[in-house]
Amino acid sequence: MLSRLYGSPVLKKVTTGLTGIFLTLFVLVHMTGNLAYFADDTGEAYNAYSHFLTHELGALFYLIEIGLLAIFLLHATIGIQIWLGKRAARPEAYAVYRTAGGASRQSLSSRSMIVTGVLLAVWTVFHLVTFKYGTYYETTLADGTVVRDIARLVDEVFGNPMYAFGYPAMMLLLAVHLRHGVWSALQSLGLVRPTASASTYLVGGLLGLAIGVGFLLLPIAIYFQWA
Amino acid sequence: MSHSMRIHLKVWRQAGPNAPGRFESYTVENANEHMSFLELLDVLNEQLIKEGKEPVEFDHDCREGICGSCGVVVDGVAHGPQPRTAVCQLHMRHYKSGDTITVEPWRAKAFPAIRDLVVDRSAFDRIMAAGGYVSVSTGNAPDANAIPISKVDADLAMDYASCIGCGACVAACPNASASLFTAAKISHLAKLPQGSPERKMRVRNMVEQMRKEGFGDCSNHAECEAVCPKGISISAIALMRREYLKAATS
Repeated sequence: MLSRLYGSPVLKKVTTGLTGIFLTLFVLVHMTGNLAYFADDTGEAYNAYSHFLTHELGALFYLIEIGLLAIFLLHATIGIQIWLGKRAARPEAYAVYRTAGGASRQSLSSRSMIVTGVLLAVWTVFHLVTFKYGTYYETTLADGTVVRDIARLVDEVFGNPMYAFGYPAMMLLLAVHLRHGVWSALQSLGLVRPTASASTYLVGGLLGLAIGVGFLLLPIAIYFQWA
Repeated sequence: MSHSMRIHLKVWRQAGPNAPGRFESYTVENANEHMSFLELLDVLNEQLIKEGKEPVEFDHDCREGICGSCGVVVDGVAHGPQPRTAVCQLHMRHYKSGDTITVEPWRAKAFPAIRDLVVDRSAFDRIMAAGGYVSVSTGNAPDANAIPISKVDADLAMDYASCIGCGACVAACPNASASLFTAAKISHLAKLPQGSPERKMRVRNMVEQMRKEGFGDCSNHAECEAVCPKGISISAIALMRREYLKAATS
């Protein structure tokens, strides 16, 4: 199956697009879930949401985790392959190169997909180590259930300026990645209508921005003790 | 009234496919704004011949912007700064006396250098040979209007058919992908009933040939559409992908 995938420039793009859309939906849900932290209840809703995901979904939770890991790895691997292929396809660079503008969607965002992608991939490992595999505090919900106090860990981590400002910087990179990524994924799947190309690009960019800003609110708010 | 212009050129010179290339600087003293960019190169070549030097080789034929023979990268943009024109239709009135213009060949592994600004674009011919044709009955030519085709499809097919195969899409693509060329050919025939007998085979084989030739993958930068002298939309690439998925799943 992999040889068929790599043997086809179209299937490579379709797979990058499909996995990209899954990852975008994942970060959208993750970002929305994070907003539970802002509930005025000393972290109760946030901890309850975390407990729901990790303890009440049963086997589905592990299935989602494995699926996400596979999608993530596939997306990253094909992205790196496309980048290597592009270097091989033009061994001698232009002395002068610039975009013609007009219909071009070439931007800092589209040209830096490999850079933002690799940085986000490396950061994801640190992110999991920091939170998923971070200190396990416990707390009791109002209904008496003993759950992980993830809100306390989040508070601690984002009290540190390195995390409080480093995370938002990474989330801006995510927004930059999604600005080209969302539109590109839809085009790769052949879903962009010729008449809706500009609006699809705009909506993709705004979705990327909304996800990035939605994420970076949390560390900033915690650091400045707004929440 | 035409004013004489002095134009400085930095031109890529390469003696042969495997010879090392380098930029050479030239000045054309008697250019004028009515000249096309290729005529500027003609004047430069006359100058070089008089000096006993090798003229700059470049591809050209119709000089009307419709044949797809010419094509060089002018100051970093395939076919130069004027949208929707081949470089033969770029006129010197867009420049000022004293300007310096950098001229490079199309650069892609699948377009090997031949000499100076000339590259071998036969990879496109091989992509066409892999499926860019339709089956026709032998005998007399059929009545041109015998098969009804909707106006929308006929117009789209014509838009895609306007590809002149110049290779600017590959030259401008940051990945040196040939997706727009291949997609324009596939989409042109996919929109017409005459193209349907080989429809699935065509998209599979042409995409496979594109890969074999060593072009890069598409990253949806859409730079190809911006430099295409015929303004062919990347909607052709979206259609090629849908055609491919239909062929792969049936």
